[in-house]
Amino acid sequence: MLIDTSATTLVTLDDGTKILPPNVIITSLDKVINWSRLSSIWPTTFGLACCAIEMMAAGAAHYDFDRFGIIFRGSPRQSDCIIVAGTVTKKMASVIRRVYDQVPEPRYVVAMGSCACSGGVFRTYSVVQGCDAFLPVDVFIPGCPPRPEALMEGMIKLQEKIRKEQARWSLWR
Amino acid sequence: MEMLKVEKTFETRELSVNMGPQHPATHGVLRLVLDIDGETVVKVTPHVGYLHRGIEKLGESLSYFQALPLTDRMDYVSAMSNNIGYCVAVEKLFGIEATERAKFIRTIVGEMSRIANHLLWLATHALDIGAMTVFLYCFREREWLLDLFEMICGARLTVTYPRIGGVRNDVPQEFLDSLYKFTDEFPSRILEYETLIDQNRIWLKRTKGIGVISAEEAINWGLTGATLRGSGVLYDVRKHTPYDAYDKVDFDIPIGTEGDTYDRYRCRMLELRQSNRIIRQCIEKLPPGPIMADAPKFTLPPKDYVLKDMEHLIHQFILITKGPTVPEGEIYVATEVPKGELGFYFVSDGTGKPYRMRVRAPSFVHASVLPRLCVGHLVADVIANIGTIDIVLGECDR
Amino acid sequence: MAVILERIEYSPYKKLEPLEIAEKIKEKFPLEAVDVISFRDQVSVIVKRDQIVPICKYLHDDPHLSLDHLQDLTAVDYSGKKDVRFEVVYNLYSIRHRHMIRLKAQVPESDPRINTVTSVWVGANWHERECFDMFGIVFNGHPDLRRILMPEDWEGHPLRKDYPLKGPEKEWSGYVQVVELAKKLKEFEWAG
Repeated sequence: MLIDTSATTLVTLDDGTKILPPNVIITSLDKVINWSRLSSIWPTTFGLACCAIEMMAAGAAHYDFDRFGIIFRGSPRQSDCIIVAGTVTKKMASVIRRVYDQVPEPRYVVAMGSCACSGGVFRTYSVVQGCDAFLPVDVFIPGCPPRPEALMEGMIKLQEKIRKEQARWSLWR
Repeated sequence: MEMLKVEKTFETRELSVNMGPQHPATHGVLRLVLDIDGETVVKVTPHVGYLHRGIEKLGESLSYFQALPLTDRMDYVSAMSNNIGYCVAVEKLFGIEATERAKFIRTIVGEMSRIANHLLWLATHALDIGAMTVFLYCFREREWLLDLFEMICGARLTVTYPRIGGVRNDVPQEFLDSLYKFTDEFPSRILEYETLIDQNRIWLKRTKGIGVISAEEAINWGLTGATLRGSGVLYDVRKHTPYDAYDKVDFDIPIGTEGDTYDRYRCRMLELRQSNRIIRQCIEKLPPGPIMADAPKFTLPPKDYVLKDMEHLIHQFILITKGPTVPEGEIYVATEVPKGELGFYFVSDGTGKPYRMRVRAPSFVHASVLPRLCVGHLVADVIANIGTIDIVLGECDR
Repeated sequence: MAVILERIEYSPYKKLEPLEIAEKIKEKFPLEAVDVISFRDQVSVIVKRDQIVPICKYLHDDPHLSLDHLQDLTAVDYSGKKDVRFEVVYNLYSIRHRHMIRLKAQVPESDPRINTVTSVWVGANWHERECFDMFGIVFNGHPDLRRILMPEDWEGHPLRKDYPLKGPEKEWSGYVQVVELAKKLKEFEWAG
């Protein structure tokens, strides 16, 4: 017989027995794991230019980042996401890609500032017009530089994105 | 049985370690290749250029007014000083002078940005060496200063407040009141930072005798600013070739004796007090008057006339897009930014765009002296040396 | 310990006017000095490039001039405007006497070489590397002449007037490699 797999409560079969449809366990597992991932995003310190100063100010005492569970780690192997803060030049592009490849999954990329989103003010021979030319970016935060509150909103949007994730990093599906 | 004497020799080789562009302690994207023998550094090769954005070439295709926001992004820690340096150089090229009130206001914001820069320098230098609490304390003061910047011009970091011929708009009275209160409380805050690290045994061990450079060598390498004054040379552009209102206020220049990291640290801490003194005097002596020079061929008209009057609108449009008619010639003007001596060299060919805009960045010269400072010391001292020369890569690479 | 000082009176030598310094250069090196230009009380002396090291040594060592601080070393590309294409510009300042002068050495396009002044000022090292990187001017005798701001295998010299602002048509090979790698690894990414 056909069972409605989108149901979230007990389903009654033909012969009277009640079963839990298989999705209930998986969606609850999704919710718990997504909640635990978004509550402690640990970015790698990847400050390139002016936006790095605003990132540091966001991490300092006035606009505290620690209350979101965001602690800056030094090594890419111990972190969850990389925040590309500042202008990306062609000389630096291979380094950024290498650092991104070292971050273990689940991993996210936040492009902070106009230069990382699209090249910014600098339309010259040595600037990459947006780091999404070689990185899969999740959240773009415009601004030159974005205020610490804007960076916080960007991280909250990233948290929303993680909350809604269903099949991206879920190996149990 | 005879005992054979066996000599054991330990074969050691030099190790080449890469302190890559992505590193928490390199203040940006600086790459150092260290050749080390055990723990002692034998050779250091700095590689810069990871933040080269082509500002000099971009400046050649924009008019003088349009190239002003580019200078904010060079030394992004103290953006006001870069703008002031650019405006002073361009004003000399045009042959105009800012008004008295504008000069005093520019001195005030220049010294505020000097305090902001030294606070960030202290925060990162101490964080690298290990004193992490200083980072949070310094950012508390810096937030006050950035709030004041936002009060006058709307932006915290990349302000474009000093303009060619004066400043963008007048300062409100609450800004001056709040700043005066800041100068009252700041000396006690400096005492707080000094209590944390000044006589600390670990700090003294990690900074005394590290990175020693003598006065003649420092001048020969081209060092300027507090990096040079720590070795005992009295060279401060504000006293040698005064600009803005620096000849009307009274301040001292601290210089060191040993030429090591500790002396440079003490110089910068004393400079914080002197900047405080300058700001107080400027607020007390601030003259009333206009804030933009009266030179209609070279300065932009006031914004409320532009919005109402057709003639001023056309005037502003032509000045910004085509540029003013500048006499042919070349000029080099140096100003004292918190990091050293920032020089602008302009070559003008008669059109409204600079033919050559050259920025002499102090961080570029200071980064070149790293090999000389680090040889013979331990790997941990490399971090202390990077902190003491006070570089920021945005300015070094332009 | 750091000491606070107000103003030190240095040695009895006095500050010279820039035109006087230009006159001294012209009398010591009469064949080399081509022209003296004055603009807004700053003086530039245009010289030929052959004797640049003796001229700089004289300016550095002479006790009345004592131009010990090399403020800036850069180059300008006068393509089309002047006969000699490049000019290497030395901005010099004396910390003792507080006077300044500007030297400009002419470097033709057909043979863009000039002697290095690192024997006089060690700080000229990186400035000359940047001139080589941006303009292609080779400095004879430089200890380590290679590109500094652009990647090592970059082609072209960006600050020349015939180099386009947005970069040449052909992309730098290092960047092309990164983009290819990203395309290859894209199949392992989840598109959202």
